[in-house]
Amino acid sequence: MTGFRTRWFSRVGRGDGAVGGFLAHRAGVAGAVVLAVAALVAVIAPLFIPADALDVTRVSDAPWQAPGLGHWLGTDHAGRSVALLVVQGAGTSLFVGLTAAVLSVGIGTLVGIVSGHFGGLAAGVLLRVTDFFLVLPALVLAIALSTVLPRGLGTIVLAIGLTSWPSTARMVRAQTLTIEARPFVERARALGGGHGHVIGRHVLPSVLPLVLVNATLAVASAIVAESTLAFLGLGDPTRISWGAMVHQAQLHGAVPQRAWWYLLPPGLAIVVVVLAFTLVGRALEAVVTPKR
Amino acid sequence: MRLAGRLGGAAVSLLMVAVLGFFLFRVVPGDPVVSMTRGRPTTAAMQAELRTQFGLDRPLVEQFWHYFTGLLRGDMGTSFTFRRPVADVILERLGPTLLLVGTSTLIAVVLGLWLGVRAAWRRDSGFDRATTGVSLTLWAVPTFWLGMLLMMATGDLFPSRGMRDTDTAPDFVSQALDVGHHLVLPSLTLVAVVCAEYVLVMRSSLLEEMHAPYLTTARAKGLRDDLVRRRHAVPNAVLPAITLVFLRFGLVVAGAITTETVFSWPGLGLLFYDALTGPDYFLLQGLLVVTAGAVVVMNLLADVLHGVLDPRVKVV
Repeated sequence: MTGFRTRWFSRVGRGDGAVGGFLAHRAGVAGAVVLAVAALVAVIAPLFIPADALDVTRVSDAPWQAPGLGHWLGTDHAGRSVALLVVQGAGTSLFVGLTAAVLSVGIGTLVGIVSGHFGGLAAGVLLRVTDFFLVLPALVLAIALSTVLPRGLGTIVLAIGLTSWPSTARMVRAQTLTIEARPFVERARALGGGHGHVIGRHVLPSVLPLVLVNATLAVASAIVAESTLAFLGLGDPTRISWGAMVHQAQLHGAVPQRAWWYLLPPGLAIVVVVLAFTLVGRALEAVVTPKR
Repeated sequence: MRLAGRLGGAAVSLLMVAVLGFFLFRVVPGDPVVSMTRGRPTTAAMQAELRTQFGLDRPLVEQFWHYFTGLLRGDMGTSFTFRRPVADVILERLGPTLLLVGTSTLIAVVLGLWLGVRAAWRRDSGFDRATTGVSLTLWAVPTFWLGMLLMMATGDLFPSRGMRDTDTAPDFVSQALDVGHHLVLPSLTLVAVVCAEYVLVMRSSLLEEMHAPYLTTARAKGLRDDLVRRRHAVPNAVLPAITLVFLRFGLVVAGAITTETVFSWPGLGLLFYDALTGPDYFLLQGLLVVTAGAVVVMNLLADVLHGVLDPRVKVV
């Protein structure tokens, strides 16, 4: 027991190994801590917030209250507590960010491995399609998709996930080609390893660390994308999210009223969480691709 | 030969843009006429008439042929909300967007590349840490939120809606000053967000060159540090950065949509917002085709430009 602990700590201290390497990046660690807190808030807080407090029709407090003793972040246009709204919004933003990132990175990994591993016409077409979507402005496509599909969380996730996969696909394809050019893959093939064996045992394990990095960064951009769609009024109207809060603030004139307490918190929440994901992603990247 | 290949590739991409624009708004579930007339009093007969007017009652292949040949002639159908040809509406809004996007991109590129070079040359210095930190933070800032914050913070210093006041004198100087005054906040917003990306791109591009042997040679010749930077390192590092600036043109497009929406800047971005709130499918389709087409063309330019500027890349 003690042996394990000292060994673990000494590895951390020397800064080698994946965990130790990550811990050596202070910004990444700070990001991870922020994310842990945000996730905890998102999961636990809704259990303690009474539904009445967030229902526009059942709130009795005065609207547009500046921060004070009663509501320490003030109230919105309908008299709801901004603090409670921000806490409630964490769940939606994180959920959409994570699921959209998983969808996007999943598609990207699949397309990347298939177009890298299998040659021929199909792979060529796949590569062409990837390059095409890589060029197109993802957000514009996502806006178009969520306009034509029925409003809802699923639509947002689909719209973001289906439009942001090409960069992952490009990267995974490059990594697949690099790995497959290595002698040990040739050896595996010579020994009779089929497509499944080569992909499952050799390509996938070497691609996964990069995929993880990509997924972390993808969550960051997915959260920004979600907030943008919600701001444009394309979000799920029944759910509170940070982007939707800014949308409401804009709609009800928070700017002319100088209601900074209504506008600042949701935006800051987005910035902090997105920055945290970016920092964690960059730290992971530094660990996965050692010093060039 | 390579140039012909690039041109062919761009042509295929443009074709794919056209196909995408068509299918996105027709294959998706739901009747476009029903959703476009939602909230307006319409009878079944009126809806049927609209369907005939938009050609939605014909077979899909015929619709596509009609759409595609129209597109080649510059005809993108009729806007439902404006009751005018989509192409006319888009053309009308092009100017303000070009002004906003052009000004912002120019400032962002110059500022971003300069900051990026400074940061990379003194890697891990206080300046580098500050620049990188601010860029990463700005990258995380939602454009629309930054715009609203700026609007709130500056109060009445700058106008926050539209492109010009109605009571400005009609002479050119007053008009230009008025537009410039209106341009401050939107372009500041767009610059802040886009510039962050350029800083990071330029920084990593120059870092790639930092240990190149030719820099050691330049130093060994006894050149001063800033000569090594200006004459040797930067010219090599700036090419990939410039290419990336063109490649990420989609970023500017996305930023323009939210910025114009926040500041009611009468350009294509605000038109996009109007089209999606309608929803006005034909206008949206036209906008999608035009913006995506513009991005494809920008990419082609990036490729060709890179080939012209960098003798190591043979394009022509």
